[in-house]
Amino acid sequence: MDRPKVVKYKEPERAEDYPVGATFKAGHLVQTNSGWRTFRPIIDQDKCIKCLRCFLVCPDGAIDKSGESLEIDYDFCKGCGVCAHECKVGAIRMVKEGADEDGR
Amino acid sequence: MRMAGRKIFISGDEAVAEAVRLVSPHVISAYPITPQTVAVERISDFVEDGSLQAEYIHVESEHSAMSAALGAAAVGARTFTATSSQGLLYMAEVLPYVSGARFPIVMMNANRALAVPWALLSDHRDSLSQLDSGWIQVYCEDAQETLDMIIQAYRVAEDERVMTPMMVNLDGFVLTHTYELVELPDQAALKSFLPDYSTDNKMDLDVPKSVCLAAMNHYMEYMMKQELDMRNVESIIEETDREYGDMFGRSYGGMIEQYMCDGADAVLVTLGSVTGTARVVVDSMRSEGYKVGLVKLRFMRPFPKAEIIEIGSKVKAIGVVDKDISVGYEGIVFTNVNSALSDLDRVPQRLNFIAGLGGRNVSKAHIRDMYMQLLEVAEGKEKEKIQFVNARCEYNG
Repeated sequence: MDRPKVVKYKEPERAEDYPVGATFKAGHLVQTNSGWRTFRPIIDQDKCIKCLRCFLVCPDGAIDKSGESLEIDYDFCKGCGVCAHECKVGAIRMVKEGADEDGR
Repeated sequence: MRMAGRKIFISGDEAVAEAVRLVSPHVISAYPITPQTVAVERISDFVEDGSLQAEYIHVESEHSAMSAALGAAAVGARTFTATSSQGLLYMAEVLPYVSGARFPIVMMNANRALAVPWALLSDHRDSLSQLDSGWIQVYCEDAQETLDMIIQAYRVAEDERVMTPMMVNLDGFVLTHTYELVELPDQAALKSFLPDYSTDNKMDLDVPKSVCLAAMNHYMEYMMKQELDMRNVESIIEETDREYGDMFGRSYGGMIEQYMCDGADAVLVTLGSVTGTARVVVDSMRSEGYKVGLVKLRFMRPFPKAEIIEIGSKVKAIGVVDKDISVGYEGIVFTNVNSALSDLDRVPQRLNFIAGLGGRNVSKAHIRDMYMQLLEVAEGKEKEKIQFVNARCEYNG
C-alpha cells in the first residue's frame, strides 16, 4: 500500500523562520490520526467476499486492497464505522479500543 | 533619471483608474453599486476597450469582491479592488484572511462616513475601524499622490520582504469627485520601477502547498512573523518613495511629511486632504511670525512611532486633527499619537480636534484657531483637551 509518510515536523526556532503566509508544504503528514479512535473496525476474513465496498466508502482511504485480503491501516483509521455500517455481509464489526477482539 | 509624463485633468477616482491601467493587474474584482465610486467604472471601460488586459469580475457584494481577489491572489495573480465606507465594513471579514495569507492585494478606499445617521461625505471612521486588520494603510492628500501611491502600493506590497496587502485611502468627494491636473508616469519607465509580480506564496501544481491553513498550535507564531515583517515595512516604504522620486520627480517623505516643523513650537498632525488646507494656514501664520508646523501622517499602519517621538521631543504642543471618533474615548489618530509620545520623558501638551465628521467643513479659519489654541497651551494655558470643531451646537463634555 502506498501509505502516507509521517515526517517529523521540525519547529522553527525563531519567528523569522516561519513561512510568509499561512502555508505548508503539501503531501506529507506530521502525525497519524489513530489517536482519535474510540472504536476500531475488525474485518472477519472468513466472511469477507472482497466486494471492496468498504474500500470505496472509507473517507480516509485507510483500507488496503493490495494484498491477498483487505487490511485496515490503523495508523490512519479514525474509527468512524462507515465501513462496518456499509458492509453487506456483516464482515466488519466495531470493537471498543482497549477491549479484545470479542469486545471484552 | 527623471522621466516626464503626460498631464491630464482628471478626478481622484480617475487617477486611481489610470494608475490601475498602468500597473496592469491580472484580476480586478469589484461590486459596482453604492457605495462604490467611479474608479471601478473607468477601470471596466479600460478592460472593455482593451487598453487594460485583465479579468474583470463584477461580484454581488464587497465581501465577494475581496473574496474573489483573495482567490485570484492565491494562485499568484496581481489583483485590485476598490470600496468605500459601508462596503469596506462589509468586506471586513475577509481583510485578515488576506493579510494573514500574505497576499499583496491593493485596494482603493474612498473615505466616507459610516451610517447612521447617513452622511454621504467624507470622514475617516471607515478605514480607521480596520487598523487592526493587518493591512498597510496610507492616506493621500490629493489625486496626484493617490495615483502615485496606487503604483507604489504594488511595489511595497509585493516586495518579498513585505507580502502584505495595502489600502490606499483618499477622501471621498473632496478627492474622488474633484478634478485636478495629474501627471501620469511614463509606462516604459514604470516597467523598470514595478516589475511583473511573481511569488512562491501561491497554490501551484508543480510545487504543491497547503494555503490558508489552520495553524492551530502555531497561530501565535504566525502572528509574530506577521508583526515582525510589518515592522520592516517602514524602510521599504521609504526606499520605494525615494526611488519613485528619482524616476518620476515626486517624493512624499515616506511615513510622514514634516512641513515647516523646524523651530516650530506647535504642530498639527493631519491625515488626508485636510493637510492641503493646513499647509496654506501654516504658510500665512509663518509669514506673521508664528512658530507653527505641520505633520502629514501618511501611514497609519505601520505606525510611524519613531518619527512621532522625534517630533514630540522638539515641540511644545501637538494637535491632532481626527476626522473620526472612537465613541467613548477620543480620536483614533490621537490615541495612536499619544501612545508613541508616552515613550518621551517630557511629553508635549496635546489637544485633539475632532473635525470634519460626516464631511463637515474644516476651513482655514478653523485650522488657524487650532494653531492659536496650541500656541496658548504651549505657554501653559489650559484648554479643553478634546474638542469638536465647527459643531452646530455647544458641547459640555
